[in-house]
Amino acid sequence: MKTILRPMVTLLGLLALWWAVACFAGIPAFLLPGPGAVAQVLVAQRGFLLQNLLVTLVEIVLGLGLGTLFGALLALAMVFSRGLQRWLLPLLLLSQAVPVFALAPLLVLWLGFGLASKVLMAVLVIFFPVTAAFYDGLRRTEPGWLDLARTMGASNFSILVHVRLMAALPAFGAGLRIAAAVAPIGAILGEWAGASEGLGYVMLNANARMQTDLMFAALVLLAGMTVLLWVAVDLLLKHALHWAPEG
Amino acid sequence: MNEPHFRAPSLELRGLTLRYEGQPLFEELDLTVQAGRFTALLGASGVGKTSLLRIAAGLAVPDAGTVQAGDGQKLAGRVAWMGQQDLLYPWARALENVTIGSRLRGERADKPRALSLLEAVGLAGRERALPKELSGGMRQRVALARTLYENRPIVLMDEPFSALDAITRAAMQELAARLLAGRTCLLITHDPLEACRLSHSLYVMAGRPARLGPEIAVPGTPPRALDDEALLHKQGELLRALLEASAA
Repeated sequence: MKTILRPMVTLLGLLALWWAVACFAGIPAFLLPGPGAVAQVLVAQRGFLLQNLLVTLVEIVLGLGLGTLFGALLALAMVFSRGLQRWLLPLLLLSQAVPVFALAPLLVLWLGFGLASKVLMAVLVIFFPVTAAFYDGLRRTEPGWLDLARTMGASNFSILVHVRLMAALPAFGAGLRIAAAVAPIGAILGEWAGASEGLGYVMLNANARMQTDLMFAALVLLAGMTVLLWVAVDLLLKHALHWAPEG
Repeated sequence: MNEPHFRAPSLELRGLTLRYEGQPLFEELDLTVQAGRFTALLGASGVGKTSLLRIAAGLAVPDAGTVQAGDGQKLAGRVAWMGQQDLLYPWARALENVTIGSRLRGERADKPRALSLLEAVGLAGRERALPKELSGGMRQRVALARTLYENRPIVLMDEPFSALDAITRAAMQELAARLLAGRTCLLITHDPLEACRLSHSLYVMAGRPARLGPEIAVPGTPPRALDDEALLHKQGELLRALLEASAA
């Protein structure tokens, strides 16, 4: 019960603060609409908003799936071969050194206004935490576990699959949690750089037309979706890694 | 089931030298672990006991020297190893941990045998438990069952009971001595009582580079009772020897 109550209190607190600032700070409504006005937009334009939310959700979920897969494969490749690791590691760092903001217009130019550029943006944001955490986990296997497997006559490949991979799953899970939290950034950035639908597109348009209440409505939906996505990933991981010792 | 289906060979360590950062940990060290008997190696922390055991297990390579079986046949596949922790894989249930060797070698697991081994260590009915659901003593029992499942004639033990509380440790010592009887066992420990209870003969390892003292025979058959007078006398004697060795 407490696990639900606490976030609710935080949420209500934030709403109250928002309402108080909007009401009493003398900020005009076109700069900061109150919760009431935003709620009205949410209800009035629910069809339009839901449609755009689904677009963004598909982008994020596809990006998360592909980014996680790609990130995990990359980590495995680096652990499997030292040669590959030497080639991949600088590329990996380079991919993070180039700001995603700078890449967004280019990807839209190359891949078009549709889904592909947004998913790729999301993948770019997502794969790195997954790769970094999983790679780290694969390299830091408890030495005793490896010794034991060796005395039992296990091959290196068998040790990788049955011991190192399994032992790295909690680290992989930690990377995935971060990925789930930052996943929307890529999709939204992609939509800002050029799109014809999606919550990011709605925000950008509403902002340009001074429809601040609509922009806030889209923002609220995006935040809610991100939290729910994270909670879903967290529950999934807790279930899959139920064997992991706590803490 | 506890009867090994083999004649355990002796384990012969000859002329072992190991250097660590240029300093010899031990030099030209010889040790014969008698066939089918429990031998204990006692020494303070950091004297090189664990390194010696790792070499015997094939986990580390010495700078010089050999490790051989007394019957002249290859050692590979005939040595089991118990580490300082239980080393259970946390993702595997108790039964899967016992049969993990089969899985790692790509063989079919012998479930009925694993179940009877779990029963022998007093864990009947807990085969589906995850390691985190078991107490330290129970986990060490699973580790013992896993060692027995491997069914190797030579067993190397690196302070396997050191993390347990005194009562659990005493119970585990009895269980291990009973179930491992007939195998060639080398136990390293810093606990004189444990060495005296479990071993037919024991050696003190001390100094730098470390040397082995003369063989000390402990009268009686292991596992000896905790209040056995000869045992207590021997333990006192050993503690004094260890103190003198560390002061020297």
